[in-house]
Amino acid sequence: MTLQITGLAVRYGPVTALDRLDLTVATGELFVLLGGSGSGKTTLLRAIAGFVRPAEGRILLDGTDLAPLPPHRRPVNTMFQSYALFPHMTVAGNIGFGMRRRGASRAAIAARVAEMLTLVRLEGYAQRRPYQLSGGQQQRVALARSLAPNPRLLLLDEPLSALDRGLRSDTRGELVRLQRSLGTSFILVTHDQEEALTMADRLGVMQDGRLAQIGTPAEVYERPATRFVAEFLGAANILPGTVQADGSVDLPQLGVQVRTGRPATPGRILLALRPERLVVGDAGTPNRLSGVLAEQAYAGGTLTSTVRLADGTLIRTSQALRDGFGSVRLAIGGPVTLGWQPEACILLPPE
Amino acid sequence: MSRALAGWLVACYAFLYAPIGFLIVFSFNDGRMVTVWSGASMRWYVALAHDQALIDATLLSLRIAAVSATLAALVGTLAGYALARFGRFRGRGALEAALAAPLVLPEVITGLSMLLLFVVLEQLVGWPAGRGATTVTLAHASVSVAYVTMVVRARLAGSFTTLEEAAMDLYAPPWQAFAFITLPLMVPALAAGWLLSFTLSMDDVVVASFTSGPGASTLPMVVFSATRLGVTPEIYALATVIVTVVAAGLCALSLVRRHAA
Repeated sequence: MTLQITGLAVRYGPVTALDRLDLTVATGELFVLLGGSGSGKTTLLRAIAGFVRPAEGRILLDGTDLAPLPPHRRPVNTMFQSYALFPHMTVAGNIGFGMRRRGASRAAIAARVAEMLTLVRLEGYAQRRPYQLSGGQQQRVALARSLAPNPRLLLLDEPLSALDRGLRSDTRGELVRLQRSLGTSFILVTHDQEEALTMADRLGVMQDGRLAQIGTPAEVYERPATRFVAEFLGAANILPGTVQADGSVDLPQLGVQVRTGRPATPGRILLALRPERLVVGDAGTPNRLSGVLAEQAYAGGTLTSTVRLADGTLIRTSQALRDGFGSVRLAIGGPVTLGWQPEACILLPPE
Repeated sequence: MSRALAGWLVACYAFLYAPIGFLIVFSFNDGRMVTVWSGASMRWYVALAHDQALIDATLLSLRIAAVSATLAALVGTLAGYALARFGRFRGRGALEAALAAPLVLPEVITGLSMLLLFVVLEQLVGWPAGRGATTVTLAHASVSVAYVTMVVRARLAGSFTTLEEAAMDLYAPPWQAFAFITLPLMVPALAAGWLLSFTLSMDDVVVASFTSGPGASTLPMVVFSATRLGVTPEIYALATVIVTVVAAGLCALSLVRRHAA
């Protein structure tokens, strides 16, 4: 299974929901679409499923153009955000629906339903109705129903958003294991960056109907292509600067020279620094900035500190409290030094 | 305060149910006078059982109500579905106006225009030949379509679209999504629409009077003309039978509901 999307555009009247978007998803891949509301991620999913008619572009599934096919002829299934379980059917009726429509035999359907119930650990629930199940159980029924016809590609629209926090992180791991064992390609939509980072083989960050960046979670997190991506996936402190001929970065407002880990072409740039890559206190790192501690927020495992620099810029840092909160000796209003390694520098194009 | 409220409540119930109560009591009256009690008797029930005209009228009304309600349910479902799902289409405004007409027009106008239509049709194409049960059924159906459409459309508005999409996503062509998902979920609305149409038809005297012909008098028409000659307790007996049947039906329904829940 290879999904190849080229130049896909969807417009709702004057509103452009998808703006000539390109995307390729490979066999057995778990691809995550990450974006804020209105970024077009759900529209993209609906265009692949066939519920939205694109104005331009092509969607090829294993070389076949999906454009002329209505939703019920596409070998693609969707797991809906609201689950959309059929309330007047049993769990077994729901899971077997797709196969029944394709004319599978009773025996084949019964066997497949039993198999899917085992897969999502709902044996014994076949005759229940959706309203008799908990949210987590409904979520598993929805997953089983969308997987039962053995689709070539499964689309998941915020599959975990309706679950509470604890259940969500368990289900996340379960979903990934399931995807690995089945080898079905998944495209999963989410607005939760942690979900995207932990689950994805590759992820795409959507912005205004386009994919701002595509890559593995590490690639996108470590080397965001734009300021938007840097700030959307994780947090980032952004400082304007200029790359010098020797490859170092000059921060003119602060009068500081910064050493970066990688070569860069001279010119204006934005320097992005991840809060957790900054060290508070003088740790002997090559790059240093000094300022005043403005704020501190204790969050159990981590301590978030906000430092005000000489020019008034606020820099956020986040430290793991390895030795406990008692080891922190910093007073609000006191002077602090921030340090970081050259490799922690992220250079972004200016806006 | 609570005493005053209780008193108010009793007054309200009395206002609603006292007339029906009197009607039931006086159906067992022995005398001919409808307002003077002269001893208990079942004589009007016996008379009712032998009044072939009244029995025929009742059966005719039931038949007209059932057929017109069924016709209205069929057409109203399609119209309601079209209005709720098809977005903008050619003639949408005309359809909506046509469906709203029976709701806002006085029945006299509806009845009169139906009569004209049937007369003109007979002159032009020879059908319907004369007026009778068929024309009343058609007239009732066309009025009831408006009610069924309204109920169905209200039920469908904003509902079930994701379920229909889920069905189509699972290889159901649109007509199967309708048949397997939308239709079963619409059954309560359809039943409500059907019952509403049935009741409207059973109740109607105006439209029926205009569109009926000789030999096809519905129950309300017979009762109405009987009152002009002076009501006999026989009508009360008939009303009591109808009230009993309806009440029994409602009780059965609520029992079934309680068991299902």
